[in-house]
Amino acid sequence: MTQFLQTLFDGVTVGCLYALIALGYTMVYGILKFINFAHSDVFALGVWMSITIAGWIGIGAAGEPVPPWYMGVLVMLLAMGVCGAVGFTVERIAYRPLRGAPRINVLITAIGVSLFLQNFGQLRWIFGAYPKAFPTLLGDQTLFSLAGVNFRLSDAAVIGTAVALMAALQYLIFRTKMGAAMRAVSFSPRNASLMGINVDLVISFTFVVGTMLAAAAGFLYGVKYGGQAKQTADSMWVMLGLKAFVAAVVGGIGNVRGAVLGGLLIGLIEWFGVAYLGSQYRDAYVFAILILVLLFRPAGVLGKATIEKV
Amino acid sequence: MPTLIEQARSNKPAAASILPRAIWPLLVGLAIGALMFYVIGPGMGDYPSKIVLIAGINIILAVSLTVVNGFTGQFSMGHAGFMAVGGYVAATITYYGSMKLFGSADPAGGVLSFTGGADKPTALARWGDALFIGSCLMGGVGAAIAGYIVGLPSLRLRGDYLAIVTLGFGEIVRVLLQGTHEQIQPWRVEDALAKPVYELAISLGGPKGFQLLPTYTTLFWVYLFVVVTLIICYRVKNSSTGRAFLSIREDEIAAQAMGVDITKYKVRAFVLAAFFAGVAGGLYAMDIGAINAGDLGFLKSFDIIIMVVLGGMGSISGAALAAIILTILPELLRNPPPVWPVGLVLIALIAGVSSYRKRFRWKPIIVIAIASTLLEVGRQIALSKGINVADFRLILYALLLITMMLVRPQGIFGIHEIWEILPGYARREAARNGARGGSQGGKP
Repeated sequence: MTQFLQTLFDGVTVGCLYALIALGYTMVYGILKFINFAHSDVFALGVWMSITIAGWIGIGAAGEPVPPWYMGVLVMLLAMGVCGAVGFTVERIAYRPLRGAPRINVLITAIGVSLFLQNFGQLRWIFGAYPKAFPTLLGDQTLFSLAGVNFRLSDAAVIGTAVALMAALQYLIFRTKMGAAMRAVSFSPRNASLMGINVDLVISFTFVVGTMLAAAAGFLYGVKYGGQAKQTADSMWVMLGLKAFVAAVVGGIGNVRGAVLGGLLIGLIEWFGVAYLGSQYRDAYVFAILILVLLFRPAGVLGKATIEKV
Repeated sequence: MPTLIEQARSNKPAAASILPRAIWPLLVGLAIGALMFYVIGPGMGDYPSKIVLIAGINIILAVSLTVVNGFTGQFSMGHAGFMAVGGYVAATITYYGSMKLFGSADPAGGVLSFTGGADKPTALARWGDALFIGSCLMGGVGAAIAGYIVGLPSLRLRGDYLAIVTLGFGEIVRVLLQGTHEQIQPWRVEDALAKPVYELAISLGGPKGFQLLPTYTTLFWVYLFVVVTLIICYRVKNSSTGRAFLSIREDEIAAQAMGVDITKYKVRAFVLAAFFAGVAGGLYAMDIGAINAGDLGFLKSFDIIIMVVLGGMGSISGAALAAIILTILPELLRNPPPVWPVGLVLIALIAGVSSYRKRFRWKPIIVIAIASTLLEVGRQIALSKGINVADFRLILYALLLITMMLVRPQGIFGIHEIWEILPGYARREAARNGARGGSQGGKP
């Protein structure tokens, strides 16, 4: 029973992270209809920017007292800001000139951007080629235990921040003017531009929001798992990003609520697979689910099937 | 008046002319392979000939991926997965086969093997390479079966969904292979002999990789396969199957309307590409003497994709050229040679040809001059500051990929072969068609 609850809890926590990353994938896909392969690298960038910014401020080094919680929030907001700027630049330089080009070309460009971010971060003057320790920004205390499952402060931070961000995004998309513009562009960029919506601006905005969410997920990942952050060109980041993409597809790509649902589903499936079937096939469960979903319900759980028009 | 079908049947070549056309690529391959093995390999020394060998394997991978990504326009991102399947199948067959046949996992020699047959049992000397080639082909077949299994369901998907599924397939292959049992070490031959075959087939080393394989691969075998792959892919491109591939790439719905069974042809493209990737995997495993599925993840797939994209989505010679360049480039970047002599030769060539053809062109000359000046400046800076340019290799690739998509999205050669863009090709081709009695485009 304890194992079951622990697995459920771990699955939900990881699922929240997947959901945050998946939101970025799904928003970009909803508007531009392409997979932003560089999204997982923005996530890694979020982790590394958090480390760097905490280093600049001078908090969280090993042996020092744990900084107050609002410093952690400050680090997260700064990391989100930097990653948002990176997302904006990438969209402006690499993706905007390809508007209207075949999807494959945009996909290849995205792979190029992904490779660039990975290896640029490896340079000596940027983040370096070695793993670094993630600063301790939160105390390691247990809030309460339930049936042998410890509920830690870091878990509370992950779930709380993720839920808050998702709620904010929900508000942004369904209650604001910009959100209405985003939905309009997603429905039809051409018609949206005829209605006086600045499509390029909306796309840039979407990119920035998506990358900021990924950066927040990166920060939360660091807080939750701490320890050594792998170097930017480690395939682990791409793998995490891919799983988040799978989450977006499973939930129904282009659908914001679907991404959240998919993230939680993938997190649970992964952790229950690891706990009850064996950990060596960990990545295989997620991709097996992807293939099954694409075969039997290609539009995802919450997605609407589209009809191909000539 | 004969019907259309009868006409088509009468156009079928005579049986006697098929045999030589089927055999000459093999002969050419044997000749080029022997040339590589006897002349170029020893003439270049150990390290350069190793790079030439790796370039050959990369050519096979890039050209086979061209069939799917270039001809058919499907975006497969799991090519390294097929390579891994082929490599492991081939490695299993040679490793445990060598144990069963020769009682040892060492290479059993052969006429053209590096290791020679001198200190090996001479009676079975030639069987070693037969086992190796057989295992590479079986690796290809294994990968082709995997290609069929992946291709059939995933071909309901399009574009980027297909890309993700193939990527997922590659990762599943990697995870499954890394989850296999420990391999039976070479000195425990009697254990291997005692175990049933199916148990041997899952004892593939797991996360440590399959090691201590017999190293059969030589320049000869690699380039034999390179030539065969190139010729088969070129012939496929110009066959009715290839035309169907190209039509799917241009417009799936139009192709379907013209009676092309798109699922069938997509599966064919997948199977063909997977076969050659599997063969390349076998050659790769038995060149290094080890294969680790961890090295054949999506990063390896990306490497192959970069070659195809750079060479031209659909150009066999372009992909082969890109494979060669991208294999040699990191070696060159380690100690960058001066570029301007090459630039000068190119400028002289262009100036000569264009003034001979009475249409002198300044633009390419200026571009080359600026490019080689910039490269030379960069090289001098790198030399004076002691920067190792090879560290920037992947950044360069990434920028190359992005710039390529922005400036020339169809790759250097597009869908054309290298010789098709040479001056005068169109004229010669028209003359040849005219000689065949074709009336298209001719004046009445």
